[in-house]
Amino acid sequence: MALAGGVALAALLPVAYLAIRAGGGGWSAVADTLFLERTARLLARSLGLAAAVSGASAVIGVALAWLTVRCDLPGRRVWRVLVALPLAVPSYVAAFAFVSNVPDLAGFVPTFVVLTLLSYPYVFLPVAAVLEHVDPALEDAARSLGDGPLTAFRRVTLRQIRPAAATGSLLVCLYVLSDFGAVSILRFDSFTRVIYQSYQSSFDRRPAAILGCLLLVFTLGILVAEARTRGRARYYGGSRGARRQPSPVGLGRWRWPALAAPVVIVGLALAAPLGTALRWLAESVQASVDLGRIGRAGGATVVASGLGAAVTALGAVPVGLLAARSRSRLAGIIERSAFVGHALPGIVVALSLVFFTVRFMNPLYQRLPVLIFAYGVLFLPLAVSSVYGSALQAPPALDEVARSLGKRPIEVFRTITAPLIAPGVGAGAALVFLTCLKELPATLLLGPTGFETLATRVWSATQAGAYGDAALPALLLVAAGVLPTWALTRRGRTTAT
Amino acid sequence: MSNAVECVGVSKAFGAVQALREADLTLAAGTLTAVLGPSGCGKTTLLRAIAGFERIDAGTIFVSGQAVARPGVHLPPERRRVTIVPQEQALFPHLTVAANVGYGVRRGSARDKAVGAMLELAGLVGLGDRMPHELSGGQQQRVALARALAPDPSVVLLDEPFGSLDAALREEIRSEVAGVLRASGATSLLVTHDQEEALSMADSVAVMRSGVIVQHGPPQDVYRRPADLWVANFVGRANILSGRAAGRWTETALGVLDLVQPMEGPVSVVVRPEQLHVAPGSGTATVEDRRYFGHDVVVAVCLSSGERLLVRLPSAEPMVVGSTVTVSCREPVLAFPAGDA
Repeated sequence: MALAGGVALAALLPVAYLAIRAGGGGWSAVADTLFLERTARLLARSLGLAAAVSGASAVIGVALAWLTVRCDLPGRRVWRVLVALPLAVPSYVAAFAFVSNVPDLAGFVPTFVVLTLLSYPYVFLPVAAVLEHVDPALEDAARSLGDGPLTAFRRVTLRQIRPAAATGSLLVCLYVLSDFGAVSILRFDSFTRVIYQSYQSSFDRRPAAILGCLLLVFTLGILVAEARTRGRARYYGGSRGARRQPSPVGLGRWRWPALAAPVVIVGLALAAPLGTALRWLAESVQASVDLGRIGRAGGATVVASGLGAAVTALGAVPVGLLAARSRSRLAGIIERSAFVGHALPGIVVALSLVFFTVRFMNPLYQRLPVLIFAYGVLFLPLAVSSVYGSALQAPPALDEVARSLGKRPIEVFRTITAPLIAPGVGAGAALVFLTCLKELPATLLLGPTGFETLATRVWSATQAGAYGDAALPALLLVAAGVLPTWALTRRGRTTAT
Repeated sequence: MSNAVECVGVSKAFGAVQALREADLTLAAGTLTAVLGPSGCGKTTLLRAIAGFERIDAGTIFVSGQAVARPGVHLPPERRRVTIVPQEQALFPHLTVAANVGYGVRRGSARDKAVGAMLELAGLVGLGDRMPHELSGGQQQRVALARALAPDPSVVLLDEPFGSLDAALREEIRSEVAGVLRASGATSLLVTHDQEEALSMADSVAVMRSGVIVQHGPPQDVYRRPADLWVANFVGRANILSGRAAGRWTETALGVLDLVQPMEGPVSVVVRPEQLHVAPGSGTATVEDRRYFGHDVVVAVCLSSGERLLVRLPSAEPMVVGSTVTVSCREPVLAFPAGDA
């Protein structure tokens, strides 16, 4: 209990300090930054982008889910996996693919397209899971009451997937607001890019802190909205017992034309970045790419991510256990925070840690431990949800039996709890490791001078127009991302039951 | 005979809810005692207090003569020599059957022997290397029991251990468990809300209501001489008739009945369904319903007084719904002052 509280406090402290720091110049200084016309425009741009991307993602996500789950689309099982995979592509890799082909790309439209292509799986995954588990008897009942097949879908099934689609769209909002890679490469002035520029370019870092707080307020607001929609999204459980597989909707002569939708989407979101990176790789092999540098970046990435994964997974043990064993609402909050790890803006966490270390732990400033800690703050929810799942396999009744058989609490932990949660802790560590590999903004801000990971390598090479240098790290990162995404797809299928 | 467990005036509250109110319970060594009560009566709390998972507010709990709990004293569960068989068995899923059974036994050469003996006692020979999920429900039940018996505890506590089994299996496993407990000579406490389970398995039955043990005795005493009307209704089926007592007998809608104990004035009379007899034809009672169970038949009759009675009869008796019958009771009956409970 105390341990779990300590971990939670440590994770929250730097962000709290950011707020103190932002308010440090007095209210009038805050007002000066907040009520600038520039800030208002920034807000409008960021929220506009988030709204546009979530709207488009909702349409694409629901349509693809319907096509791949409920229709007789050719090869639908394969497509179900493929259309989820763009989630694995880091936004800066996709942006690199577009910019390296058309160097002039910049601004709202390209950013909108890139982010939509990468974030619609947040809608697709939950909606597909619900569609798969909707009891076909409901639609049958509607049909028997006089509805045609399309009317029944609209009146019954669409109602059931609405909560999942809404939740997914809110997650897309969070993803867009916290994205740094695509907006910085495609030069779209959203919150994260402006915060980074303001941090880099001036001695007065307070405006960056104030904007960071503002961004945090909006993401937290969206999180609360997400929690509310989740609370109402319970009803898609349907009836218990064995369920009949619904017969797929016949697309008739549209069966093959409909295939164009997943082909185009997956082509742009997955095949284009991979193809582009491979092409640049082939070209740069002749131009003698600096393999040693990429090797060093790879090594640094593995070390930083490995340490981050270890620290985060250990920190997640007390929190996950507490969540699994208390029947409070905390358990529900932590359980659903698996996605939140993607949502907390990395740039804000990094910024808060910069302020915090400069003020209180100066010797650690721009040292590896602070970066590791940032990974912990960012990805703790990811590890916690994994530990939580396995902690449910070790219910308190087992502890009680073990104690009644004469074992002290510490022995009970060693012989019963630890072996049972070990797989969950391991899976959580692996997930965090693969997520750390891709992390960009915190690594940029907190990495030691001269420290380079694969992610920062892609980013800086793309910024410099050295696309050949970005190709190999980009490929490695996409490969590393596919595995956890695949795992997430599987989990989406099982938890929706 | 010495006492394995003694609870004296044990009280426990959860916030405003008083789960135990000065409950008293004594378990004689080597016996199986059932604590029987409706859900929410505090029986599970009593079990958890004896095991050491709940701290008690007042009273004392002795295990083998040692005070393990009283205000200011709380021996942790691992030092009480009290083991449990929880509702869902809670076998350690990552350990084999043998490792589960041996978990509470001290490391050393004696352990393998103790585990082997216990597997044999529980009818688990040859299953020691299996994992819990590879066992049937009944086998899991016996592993949980063997695990609790292996360290030779002062008492084994069983918390509604048959609730998760389906009805067909339950009866068989009950008698298996009772057999293993008897063979081991252990003292055991079974918590249940199922009166049939309590009456058929236990050496003595303690009936619990609202945090108090209201009656404790051999099963046949609890059934035949319930302490009050509530117990009479809760333990077995009971017909309640109003009557007017005058010493050794009482007047009721069934005529004059002999009393077990002398009473005076208005009374509520307890008549068990199997104490009644029904003669077909020419009577004042009407057969309202008839439920056939194979080995016997339960008939609902309505007396001329408007009182309804359940009668248990051998299934050979033909009973036509709607026909008139005569109902009589030839055994002495138990009565309580009217308005009691």
